[in-house]
Parts: sequence; structure tokens; C-alpha cells
Amino acid sequence: MENSDQEISSILTKIKRYLPNQAPLKDFVFLNTLACFQDRKFHQAMHEASSIFGVRTYYTIEDFRRLFKEGQIKSEILEKVLSNRNLNIEEWNKILFEHIFASDAPARIGRLRKNWKERYKIDIDSTVHPTLFRIIGSYLDQGISIWNFPGIQNGFLNSLREMERTSLSSFFNDERAKDLLLSGASLEDLLKIVVGTPEHYEQYLFDQQFAHPGWSGIVAIIEANPKTLLDTREITLEDLICLELLLEIDTLDQVYGSVWAPIGISYETKSKGVIEPIGDNTESITLSIFQEAYEWSYYEEVLNGILKREKFPEEHPSIPSFQGVFCIDDRECSIRRQLEKQDANCETYGTPGHFNVEFYFQPNNSKFYTKVCPAPITPKFIIQEKNDKKRERKDFHFSKFSLGLLSGFIMSFVYGFFSAFKMLFTIFRPMQSATFVTSMNHMDPSSTLTVLNENNAVTPEGLQIGFTVDEMATRLYDLLMSIGLNDHFASLVYFVGHGSSSSNNPYYTTMDCGACSCKPGSVNARVISWIANHPPVREKLRERGLHIPDSTQFIGALHDTGRDEIAYYIDVALTVENLEKHKEVTQTFNKALMLNAKERSRRFFSIDTSKSAEKIHKQVKFRTVSLFETRPELDHATATLCIVGRRDLTRGLFLDRRAFLNSYNYQLDSDGKFLQGILNAASPVCGGINLNYYFSKVDNQNFGAGTKLAHNVIGLYGVSNGIDGDLRFGLPKQMIELHDPLRLLMIVEHFPEVVLNTIKVNPCTYEWYENNWIHLVVFHPEEHRFYRFNEGQFSHLELTELEIPVIADLTAVIEKTDKNLPVYILK
Amino acid sequence: MENVLKIFIILPIIAFLISLILPKKNETLIARNTQFAVIGHFLLSIGFTVYWAFHGAEVINLKEFSIYKSTDYDFFIDFYFDYITLTFLILGSFITSIITIFSSNYLHREEGYKRFFSTLLVFYVGYNIIIFSGNIETLFVGWEVLGISSFLLISFYRDRYIPVKNALKVFSIYRIGDVGIILVMWLSHHLWNENISFFKLNNAHLVHEHINSNSLVGLGIAMMIFISAAAKSAQLPFSSWLPRAMEGPTPSSAVFYGSLSVHIGAFLLLRTEPFWKFQIGFRVFLFLIGLLTSIYATLVGRVQSSIKSQIAYASMSQIGIIFMEIALGWNTFALVHIVGNACLRSYQLLISPSVVSYRIREQFYEFVPRLKTIEDTWPKRVEYTIYILSLKEWNLDFAHYFFLWKPLKSMGQNWKMMRFKFIFVLVGLSLIFGITTLFFGSHIHPLFKSAFPAFFAMVGFMIVIKAFTERDSVRKSWSLIMLNHISIAIAISFSEHFSWLHHVWYLSGIIVSWSIGLITINRLRKTEWVSLNQFSGLGQKHPKTAIVFFLCSLGLSGFPITPSFIGEDLIFSHIEYDQVGLAFFTSLSLIVNGLASIRIYSRIFLGPNSKLIRGAARRSA
Repeated sequence: MENSDQEISSILTKIKRYLPNQAPLKDFVFLNTLACFQDRKFHQAMHEASSIFGVRTYYTIEDFRRLFKEGQIKSEILEKVLSNRNLNIEEWNKILFEHIFASDAPARIGRLRKNWKERYKIDIDSTVHPTLFRIIGSYLDQGISIWNFPGIQNGFLNSLREMERTSLSSFFNDERAKDLLLSGASLEDLLKIVVGTPEHYEQYLFDQQFAHPGWSGIVAIIEANPKTLLDTREITLEDLICLELLLEIDTLDQVYGSVWAPIGISYETKSKGVIEPIGDNTESITLSIFQEAYEWSYYEEVLNGILKREKFPEEHPSIPSFQGVFCIDDRECSIRRQLEKQDANCETYGTPGHFNVEFYFQPNNSKFYTKVCPAPITPKFIIQEKNDKKRERKDFHFSKFSLGLLSGFIMSFVYGFFSAFKMLFTIFRPMQSATFVTSMNHMDPSSTLTVLNENNAVTPEGLQIGFTVDEMATRLYDLLMSIGLNDHFASLVYFVGHGSSSSNNPYYTTMDCGACSCKPGSVNARVISWIANHPPVREKLRERGLHIPDSTQFIGALHDTGRDEIAYYIDVALTVENLEKHKEVTQTFNKALMLNAKERSRRFFSIDTSKSAEKIHKQVKFRTVSLFETRPELDHATATLCIVGRRDLTRGLFLDRRAFLNSYNYQLDSDGKFLQGILNAASPVCGGINLNYYFSKVDNQNFGAGTKLAHNVIGLYGVSNGIDGDLRFGLPKQMIELHDPLRLLMIVEHFPEVVLNTIKVNPCTYEWYENNWIHLVVFHPEEHRFYRFNEGQFSHLELTELEIPVIADLTAVIEKTDKNLPVYILK
Repeated sequence: MENVLKIFIILPIIAFLISLILPKKNETLIARNTQFAVIGHFLLSIGFTVYWAFHGAEVINLKEFSIYKSTDYDFFIDFYFDYITLTFLILGSFITSIITIFSSNYLHREEGYKRFFSTLLVFYVGYNIIIFSGNIETLFVGWEVLGISSFLLISFYRDRYIPVKNALKVFSIYRIGDVGIILVMWLSHHLWNENISFFKLNNAHLVHEHINSNSLVGLGIAMMIFISAAAKSAQLPFSSWLPRAMEGPTPSSAVFYGSLSVHIGAFLLLRTEPFWKFQIGFRVFLFLIGLLTSIYATLVGRVQSSIKSQIAYASMSQIGIIFMEIALGWNTFALVHIVGNACLRSYQLLISPSVVSYRIREQFYEFVPRLKTIEDTWPKRVEYTIYILSLKEWNLDFAHYFFLWKPLKSMGQNWKMMRFKFIFVLVGLSLIFGITTLFFGSHIHPLFKSAFPAFFAMVGFMIVIKAFTERDSVRKSWSLIMLNHISIAIAISFSEHFSWLHHVWYLSGIIVSWSIGLITINRLRKTEWVSLNQFSGLGQKHPKTAIVFFLCSLGLSGFPITPSFIGEDLIFSHIEYDQVGLAFFTSLSLIVNGLASIRIYSRIFLGPNSKLIRGAARRSA
């Protein structure tokens, strides 16, 4: 008995591992969709996931063949991939381009349960799913329904029992299932009735749960982390499975009476486990070859570009006009280029946008707090906002009052006609309304923040309010050293976080800063500036040999990547010179933002990119308030590169907003200590973003959320299509359209042996590289050559000589096309 | 000036025809074409309203033309304009204008961009035909067009399973409403001995007199009107389709199920008021149904945890109140209510994706763990009972299945002896028998003679049930539908006023649609595996074939694109009052053959492609 109990619980653990890992909408973070396979080599994992779950893990072979024809897969690179694998080029060219592959073999998931239809002639899911989804959906509901699920205090199954016991009606049609629920039948009891044979439990449960991975996934997430719901609920995956089995028993009883054979009895097993290694076949090898050729066709362009770019003088002679520290985010890649173009004397840096300060943020008057640092970190600190402002926009259209019988009656008379005008306005004069979400509201600029810990104050939950001076100094020191900003400080240094704005968008959180758990980075920018301005902190830094001149002042800022606007948070009295200077810098920023908007607009169908930057900027802002704009910005689409090194490595290179740029000076970090910190943060954040896009792109139905247009918000935590559907996870079609499914290429400037030692320190980080979920290339700062990491070691990378066009006028190029652009060298 | 009315119908038709030839990729052109027609329509209607108001605001009746005319039968198209038309015209053209502008951006890059706008125009054509119709025949044309456009928009995402399933579900409810209207036409034809125009119905004295002398027929007409209106406006007992219709892109849900389409039932009641105005019993019934629906929809709406179904139920409960207002005769009040409700719900649906950010933000600052609601004050037993029932929508969706489709299915599956060959012989024999009796009719005992029509209609009904439940062969099912029409034709042949010409009208479109459909299937079978056992999703691979076959399916079920449409009405004009059995089986046949032919289309061309394993949407998605 005990044995089988353990067995069932180990099956549950396995299922939970493979279920989608996406949290409720408000807590969205980018994660590797197939993180569960990350302990396997990438191609092996792709093949297994595809065969087990019946999903696509690459582009299709037809897609690849088309890309080859279009020149996106270069033939010389393809040959290189083949010869690297010691494959016969002629023979494989035939397979790659001519072979007709047999149609897909059926997936492992579903092979047992399909017998309900084939042998029992019963479409069990069509009756069970709607009821099941509805019950779970209502139980978890966070504020859509008016009449809440009664009695949620005792956990899911207990509240169902309580209702079934007292109620005159029932969710079940027959007595048996109801009695089983009330008598507290265990999961094993139920499995015995439905499946019968213990060796098939695993297959059955996998089949059953992966028929609706969305719902099972969210239940598993909530089970692991109940606080992800503001209005918490007690529920486990086991509860869900019990209810589903009960509903299945009820359905079968309806058709066959209480006597029917369990499904496992007549099922002959071919292999026992569901998740078991599967050997390659020609198709999987073909796909992996194409994938690599596709990736390296782009990577080699980039690497060629880095070698051939115009070299800037190694040492900067003078103090820059100002310095800006940005998030590594791919969307900041272009604003930095624009700034440098506007003011050749300025310097920009990139670092993960939480600026090395990890904490929870609690807005004024709010009942909750949110984490603003990378998802894997659990902070011990909280920063509170203090002011006396309320910020809320009310709209009766969202009020539950409008839905009642009599109140709805009154509303349709009183407000019905008002709605007509509202509709007109949404079309012709969209404004910032209650449907609008903007990162500018994340924090009130006029508030004060509890950055400095006073009297060891902690919250009742045990979070320390603010940082001590020592804690501040450590964080600031590590940050500045890691990005290589240790001397030649300008008199103004900006820390620029980022966030976004959109309207009518359930995916609003996806567009904020990935390094701040998909929240705007304004608080972090403000906190780090406050720290850097704090004299005792500077004193501590001086002790450690880092001198920040007294004339230097730090300003926090927030860049709205949707609207291309910027807000500054100045918590220090600026000196007269700096005030003057700040005014100038503001001008530079404004100009750069406008040009950035123009550059972005080439992707927007509704905007004519050849218009003036001012006009376009207005239209770009318009898109964020427009109710019918499903793509206010394109988020991380096309993000493919992460470059850790000095800015000189990429300055003057046009990377089309595809690169995460992390500043780093290997000379300050001979043992790789700071590099380790950078890679520990950047690998999961950038890799997560890249792979989330990758999978949503290659199989938008199974890993992505499909089109946004049919989405229906469920319980404030998820979306589904229509009213009876499974919850959709992953990214919607509108977000991934422009993305090319390439893995991330991490380029680090350092000596290969140092990098090798560094990545091996943290097993979690090493896994990304060891199993090739991220490609790693090192730029040797002295040899000026690249080394590629493969099979646990670095080896010299022979580049194919590629022509990298040099262009003088970027504007002409961006006005011409909305397609992905190749790498250019800017004159 | 009256001729302007025609423009209101013709304008969207022209735009629809243009939309068919526009290139698929040119989004701007497709959107502009629709916007031009719909916004033009809106401006025109404003202009016309002003003109009309300043010229006495009198009811306009415009008899357009007769499609078929004989001594005792006249099928004519008739247009009508009064303040009810006016309200629906302004409301409809306003909301549709907004939606076309909204959608032109919202649907950017969506596969089916062109399909969406073309279908929207089909809807708009149907809507205008209904609101301008001057007689029930004209109204019926619009009614059918509206139903089909609804089917197409719900199944807009045709490569997924649930939208197609729900589209069929909604279509089946609509089909019941359609037959309701056919029966209204039948009964009213006998009541007035002509296809009466709404204009004439304004003569209260005339109406009163006729209905009084035939109170049962009067009640029959009223009930049929009610069934049609309730089906379209999602009133009890047809309510559960409304939330399930929210499968298309959000703007189409807003225009259809939030506002325009769902209020058309109320329009039908307002338009046909003279038919039932004097039947107090019916008005009480209507009032009670409205009341029950509004209570039902409120209870079910309160437990919904999805935003679109919540708005759908809120709208439904208001329409319940609107039905009550209409029953009380508060027509103007009802009209104002319709406009208010339609605008409010449309807008709420359009901004429904914002509910997440709005409420999460609200909770962040004002969170109260569990708000007490009125239900918390009820005794637990009552609270739980009603909660469970409401969450299950009071079993209404299940009841539809249980009382409507399951009996049909089990009937079809149980008639094992009815093999295809057997039916073929049966129909052949009855054909010979029918013709023989026609020639030697005078020698047959009158008792038999009166039983024959009902008998043949019943055979026809059994045949179409067989067609509906056939699980395997497409061609068999397809041909059985055709045989069903032939059986009905035979049944009608016994009528005294029988005329061969009527059969030509009736069967011409059917036979042509059937043959083209059959050719299409045969050609498709050369390259594809075609079966009715599951959705095959061949529409993406064979889009042109899909369109041809879709038109054939419509033709085969008597949709107003072939003369068979008039024929159907003609057939009914031969059924006498006392032939209840004949009327019963014929109308049931019509319901089922419409379902059967659309089912065949759906199974072959819609749904996920059955051959696709990797990358296909999950069934539950």
C-alpha cells in the first residue's frame, strides 16, 4: 500500500515538472518553456519533447528549405555544419533538400486515453472538461465573478465536499461519484476504478493532464506558490486529478451504469514510461542540422561584424559629457546608439536593469508588494513608497454594478448612451483612460523611498526596510566594477530603468523590465542613484579604492520603451553646473528618443516611417493608448544576442535591436568574479526571454497562446479562447511574428580559460551552456579571435569570411524595409 | 425618396461583392471598402432620418417586386420604414461603423482578414434586410443570411476544435428559429390567404377580425414568432448558446452577441406586434419568459469567472427585461433600452481585455479578502444549491443535447435496417407509387389519401435523420439529404392545388446543389481521405473547394441563394391547416437537413487538420 502511494506521488512530481511553468498574468516572467528538459542536450531535448508531447520544437523542414532558398541559411555555413559533424555532404544534401519524410508518428501522450473514444465509443473530454474547467476556474477566481465560490477556507476538495453534502443539487449526475467524493476516496482508489492496472497509472495521468496543460499548470504553480494569487487559494494538482477522475467516473456511469471495465485492462503496453529517452532519427538529425546552419548563418555575420567594425581608440582621453547606465535589454540597444550619435562624447553602459539592488517594492497605501529583481532571486529587503497621493482611474464599464439585473437596467439607460460616445472617442481621440497601463505609474516621482534602513526596521514578514550603508556600498561597488565604470566619472551619471505602456492588453507585464521580474525598473534606478549620491556610501567606496568625485551626481530615470518617453527622478540637490548640464542632456535624450521612435516605427504597419521623427513619435505614443492596437511595441521579438564586454566591441555596429548589451571590462576582473555575477543573472534572464520566444514561435498553438484576438480573460489570472477552453500559456501570436527562432548567442570578452572556470562555478548557469541551450563564444582580448564553447571546452572558431556592408545613412535603410536587417557597420 | 430604402440594402451588397474580388493581402483596401460602405450607410441613414422627420415621419411601405406569382400565391419583396426601423438602422450602422474602424487595425496580420470583413458585410446585409423588411418573406431572407454569417464568425478560427463545435451548436439553435419563421409564413398565408405585408397589419380592425375567427392559428403564429425571437435573442429555453458564441475575434463578439444580432429577436417581436397584440394570454407568457430569463441570466452571470460570458449574461438579462417591456406594450421604452444595452455591452466587450490590469491595480490598493454578497445571507442549503445549479447553467446546455440532439442521434443509430440501398429502393418505390396515385387518384379511398402525405413526410424525416447520423460515408449522407427533399415533394404532390411547376422551383436548386456537391466530393476523394467520423480540416488546403462546397450545402438546405428557397415556401402553401402531421414532419425535416448539410461541410473542411500531429492546436485549446 505504502509502496504504491509513493509511486503515485512520484508520478505527480514528474507531471508537475513537465507542466507549463507560467505564473498568473500579473506575475508573468520570461522562462525557458522547456526548462523541464534542460538537463538534456538541446537537440536531444527537442527530439524527445516533440515525440513525447506531439509538439513542434523547430521550424518545419519546409520552413527551413524556404529559408535556404531565401538565403537566410547560407550554403557555406550549412556545409560547415555538416563537415563539423563528419557527415557526407553530398548524401546529406539529398536528405536535406529532397527527402520526403513520412508523416508524424503519434505522440506518446494520449495513447492510452484515446481508447475511451476508440473502444468505449465515448467522448469523455467533451463532457468532463467544461465542468472541470468551470469549477476550478470559479474556485481560483480573483475578482471576475460577483458571487464567489462558497466556502473556500478548507481547501479545494473540502469545500466541494461541504457543498455536495449540503446542497440539493450536485455537480455529478449519479450517486457513485458523489459518494466517492464524500467518503474521501483517495487518488489511488479512483485510479483503481478508472485505470485498474497500476503499471498504467503514469501513462493515464500524463494523458489526462496534458489534455489540458494550461489548467493543470496553473494549479501546480499555485500549489507551489499560493501567494502568486492576491486572494490566496489552497489547491493541489492532486485535488484537480481527483475531481477529474470523479467526473470521468460519473460520465462513464451515465453511459454504462456502474459496471464497466477499467481502461487499463485491455491496454497492451509497448513501453512502460512516458518520459523516456528516444533515439535520433533522420528527421530529427535533419532538423538539428538546419537549425544550427540557420543559427550560425546569423551568428557568423555578427562575429564578422565585430572583427571588421571601425576600431575606436582604446583609451578614452577625457571625461565624457555624461554617462548613462541602461538595462541590458535588447530594446535599449538602439537608444544607446542614438544617444551616442547625438553626443559623441557621452558614454553608455548596460547592466541588468535591477541595478544590482534586489528588493520588494511596496507602493503607498497598497496592500501588497512586488518583487523587482530577477526571478531566481529571493530578496530580503523591502523599499516602501511614502506620499499622500492616490492614483486610480475609475471606469463604470468595469464596475460589477453594470452587470446586475436592476442596476444593469439603470446603467444601460444612464450609461448606455455614454458608452456610445466613449466608443467614438476610442476611435478618433484615444486618451489615457482606465484601460491604459503605464510604467510611469509604478512609482510616484514626488514620493520618498525608504532606501536607508533606520534602526534595523523590519516588516512583520521579516523583510528589512531599506539597506544599511554597508549593504549599499557592496551593491554599488559590485555594480560599478562589473560594468567597468571605476574612474573617469562624468559630472552627471544616469541610471535608466525601463518599462512600457499599453492599452487593453492582458499581457501588459511582459513588456516591462525582465531583470525586475517584469515590472518597471523605475524604483531600482531611483534607489541606486540615491545610494550613489549618499555621502557615507561614497566614503566606503573610497576605502575600497573607488573614487567618485564630489562633483559627480547621479540621476535615476525611467525610459518608457512603448512611448519613447523618459522621466527623471532627482533626489539630490543638483549643483548649478549640473543643473545646466542636465538641461542639455535632457535635450539630447529627447532627440534620441524621437529618433528611436522613428527607428522602431519601421516595424509598424500603421506608421509611414519616411515621415518626420516628431510626427512618428506622436503616432508611436498614440499606439499605446489605442484600444485596438494589439502591438503597442514589439517587446523582445528578434532578441538573439547577448554581448558581455566593453562598449567598444559593438560601438559602430548596427545590430537591429537584437542584442542584450552588458558592459564589462575584463581588465578589472582577472579572476572572473564579476563576470560570474553577470552570467548568473544574464543567462536565465536573456536565455529565458530568448527561449520563451523561440518556442512560442515554432509552435504557437502548443507553446504559445495563439492569437490574442479571441482571448477571454479568466478569473484575472489567465486567458482562454471562448468560455470552455483550456488556459492558454506562452506568448500570443502578435508578439512573436517577427521573431526568428534562434538560440541566444552569448559573446564574452575575456580569456577563454577564465570564462571556462567562471561558468563552471554555478551548476545552474553551467547547464545552459553545457547542454547548448545558449551558445557561448569568447572574444580573446589579446588574440582578437573567437573561441567557441562546445562539449565542455573552448576551441578556436574558424570564421567564414562574410561581407559586412558599411552604411553611412541608417535612416535610408530603416525607411525601406520592415524585415529583419542584417548586421551593418555604421560609418 | 422612398427609393432610397433600396440603397440601404444595395450598398452593403455591392460592398460585399467587391470584397470578394479584393486581393487577400491588401488589408488597407479590404478595410477601406467595408468602411466606405458602412460609414456611408451611417451618414446616409442620418440624412434620411432628418429628411423623413421633416416630411411628416410617415410609415413608408415599398412593394419592390414579385419573385414568383400565380393566381393565389405571390412571393414578393417588400420594404418598410418606421420608427422601429429607424432606431435599429441608426444603432446598427453606428456600431458597425465603429467596429469596422476598430477591426481594421485590430485584425492586422490575422489570417482571415478578408474573410472577416466579407463576413461582416454579409451580416450587415442580413441585418438591413431584416430591419427594412416589409413582409415576413423578406424578413426571412435576412434572417437566414444573419444565421449563416453568425456561423461563419463563430467558426472564424476554424483550425481549432471548440469554435467549430460551438458554431454548429449555435447554428442548430438558429435553425429552430428559422423554421419558426417558415411556420409563421405558412400559418399566416392561410390566415390571410396572401403573403401579407406588415403595412397591412397596421389595420387593427382587419387583424383583430381574422385572428378572432381563428384564435388557434393566431396563437400558433404568436408561438412561432416567440420561438424565433427567443432563439435569436437567447431567451429561455434557448439561452445557453450565447456565451458559447464568443469564439471569434473580440470585435465580432461585440457586434454580434453583445449588441446587434442578439437584439434582433426583440425587433421581430416589435415588428410583428399586430399578430399577437390582442392575445392577452400570449403577452402574459412573453412577460413571464422575459422575467424568468432575466432572473436566470442574472444568477448564472453572477457566478461566471470569465469576462466575456459574464457580459453575455448581463446582456441577456437586460434583453429579458426588454421582452417584458415589449409584452407590456412599452415599445418606445423598449427601444431606448435596446439602444442603451447594445452600446453598453459592445463597449464592455471591446475593453474586456483591460479587466486584468484594471482590477489587479484596484485590488493592489483596495483589497478586501472576500466581499460579502447577498447570497451569503441565504441558508447554506439554498446558497449551495443555487450556486451549483448556476455554475452548471441550470443544465440548459445539457438539456439541449438531451432533448434535441440525443433523440435524433439515437433514432438514426437505431434504425439499423435503414441501409442506404433500402432507402433508395424505398424512395424509388414511393416515387412510382406517388405518380401512380396522382394519375389514378380518384380511385383511392379518401382515408388513405389523407394519410399519404403525412406518411411520406415521415419517411422523408426518417431519411434525413439517417443523413444526420451517418458517421462514415460523406456521399451517402449528402445524397440522403437530397432524397429527403424528394420525399417531401412526393408528400406534397397529393395536395389538391398541386402543380409541377412548384416542384421545379423547389427541386431545381436542390438537385443542382446536390450534383455539384457530389462532384466536388468525388474530386476531393481522389487526393484526400474524406469521412464524417471527425473534423478533417481540409479547408486550409483546399480553400476554393471549400467555398464551392459551402455554397452547395447552403443550396441543399434551401438557403436563399437558389430558387429552392421560394420553393420551400411554396411547398408550405400546399399544406393545409388540418395536416398537422405533414406540417410537423416537413418542418422537422427542414431543421434537420439544414443541420445535416452544414455538418457535412464542417466535418470535411473545418476543424484541425486530422493529419497534422505536430503543431496542431490541442482539442481543449
